[in-house]
Amino acid sequence: MKREIIKVSDLRREFIVGGERVKALRGVSFSIYEGEFVTIMGTSGSGKSTLLNILGCLDTPTSGEYVLDGTSVREMSKNARAMFRNRKIGFVFQNYNLLPKTTAIENVELPLLYNSSVNASERREKAIAALKAVELGDRLMHKSNQMSGGQQQRVAIARALVNDPVLILADEATGNLDTRTSYSILVLFQQLYARGRTIIFVTHNPDLAAYSSRNIVLRDGKVVSDTLNPNPASAKEMYDSLPVPD
Amino acid sequence: MNIANLMKIALKALNNNKMRCFLTMLGIIIGVASVITMLAIGQGSKDSIKSQISEMGSNMIMIHPGNMQRGGVRQSSDDMQTLRVEDYEALQSQTSYVDAISPSVNSAGQFINGNNNYPSSIYGVAPDYLDIRKVKVQDGEMFTEQDIRSAAKVCLLGKTVVDNLFGDGDSPIGKVIRFNKIPFTVIGTLEPKGSNSMGQDQDDVVLVPYTTVMKRILAIDYIQSLFCSALSEDMTDRAIDEITEVLRTNHKLKDGEDDDFTIRSQQELSEMMNSTSDMMTVLLACIAGISLLVGGIGIMNIMYVSVTERTREIGLRMSIGARGRDILAQFLIEAIIISVTGGVLGVILGSLASWLVNLIAHWPVSIQIYSVILSFVVCTVTGVFFGWYPAKKAANLDPIEAIRYE
Repeated sequence: MKREIIKVSDLRREFIVGGERVKALRGVSFSIYEGEFVTIMGTSGSGKSTLLNILGCLDTPTSGEYVLDGTSVREMSKNARAMFRNRKIGFVFQNYNLLPKTTAIENVELPLLYNSSVNASERREKAIAALKAVELGDRLMHKSNQMSGGQQQRVAIARALVNDPVLILADEATGNLDTRTSYSILVLFQQLYARGRTIIFVTHNPDLAAYSSRNIVLRDGKVVSDTLNPNPASAKEMYDSLPVPD
Repeated sequence: MNIANLMKIALKALNNNKMRCFLTMLGIIIGVASVITMLAIGQGSKDSIKSQISEMGSNMIMIHPGNMQRGGVRQSSDDMQTLRVEDYEALQSQTSYVDAISPSVNSAGQFINGNNNYPSSIYGVAPDYLDIRKVKVQDGEMFTEQDIRSAAKVCLLGKTVVDNLFGDGDSPIGKVIRFNKIPFTVIGTLEPKGSNSMGQDQDDVVLVPYTTVMKRILAIDYIQSLFCSALSEDMTDRAIDEITEVLRTNHKLKDGEDDDFTIRSQQELSEMMNSTSDMMTVLLACIAGISLLVGGIGIMNIMYVSVTERTREIGLRMSIGARGRDILAQFLIEAIIISVTGGVLGVILGSLASWLVNLIAHWPVSIQIYSVILSFVVCTVTGVFFGWYPAKKAANLDPIEAIRYE
């Protein structure tokens, strides 16, 4: 039996918007085990962003239990959750969110700056290793505005990897990229998956489901399907088949 | 999160916005520089007034014979002969706040040296006179107590007298000049002092032992006035009280009787001058303080805009593990760096400006350590104070909203 990274049970989240009670999540339950590559899909309004916020420890559920790597998040204080995010989760965002005018390596070092147990030389070492893992070993000193979208997203992925998290949370990580570059990023995610990383990839693009090992579909705040995909399609093949733009 | 990392982050963020950072600093720079320059000018003029007064002898006390009625007729104080050598001796031995004391008996007349002659004043004094009037001997030496006892015919010449009697650059030392047919040996010359604030030439003097003037020139047994110096400027009052008491006892004045002497000091003048320049300093400091305040508001303004502009960055930092207080510390440190760096540059600029004012306008300036420290403290406090609100705002952002902020 593989280690249970995430366990959510009967997760509910309500917002009060303009005096009205909006139920974003209406009882979501699932477990995610170590080494899974899970895509979470849903149209807008399905509650996937809310779920992502909760899984990412940015938000807490109104009711229900969320256990990440053996620790319950629901009762955690704001500061404790910040620490938890720093040690357990790597975020990848749609718009990369790199610091402007800052080199790749400094961007990648950022999470470690908030971890006082890592010293400067370790920090640099880890950042270089993470950038090498995303094949940007030759662009350490490039500034974020000197890189293409694909490269920027790779830096962002390196940043997510640098603190060696138990979970990588990607939010529409290919949403801002053209098809070919999107597949190159997917290739990267598949490589990480192959190395045993646990990845949650939130997207509204149904095509991506084929490349993950498991697909959870949300609708109206509930899980409507949860299917395992024992043989994910190879993003590499797809990437190679796409014409190189001139 | 340790301070070194926070510093690194804050410096990096400032480095990314050099121009804006510099413009923000400019407010502080100008504020601090003006505080320092204004206070330097204020203190400089105060010092210069003070030194002008102390050149005259700020602790100097003058004793003249006082008005006295003789059978209902008021006498001119010049005719009074109430001050005597015994008074001088009594004051010398019975006072503790008086530092130096010298009698003064003057006469005017023509000095002759060969073909040259020149009208000047002869001052009969004691060696202490040099101390009291802040006069220094340039060449030769002052006469001694021995010269006083023997009423020696020796003299020291001021520069104006030397120039007029010894035209061609001869050294006057050892020469004999005549005053009213009495030969005097020149034993020294005085350092030039220039004109005093009334425009009198202070170098147009000849100093001789007071006994010489009393016995050989004027043939009098009283002294015209006494010059004293108090131990320090603030002891002038006590010295005056002491002198009054000694003189009254010596003159056998009864309790109800008026003094038969008058005592004047430079203190009133010096106090008035000081209060004027103090007021000016306060005024200048107020103006400068206001510019420092405006500089501080500039910091707040920029930090506030910066928080809004960097909402996404803040969101990102929070999502990768920055706590509210890390964000607070980062923005606060940024504000403090801006203000302290501005403070340092302001100190440099202020010193430079003070120096230029001195160089170009020839105003006396004196940079005050306290003004440097004060403006430094003020600008750090300004940084914290005006950086706090925007930093708090940044720290309270919701990471979920901040990260998706457009």
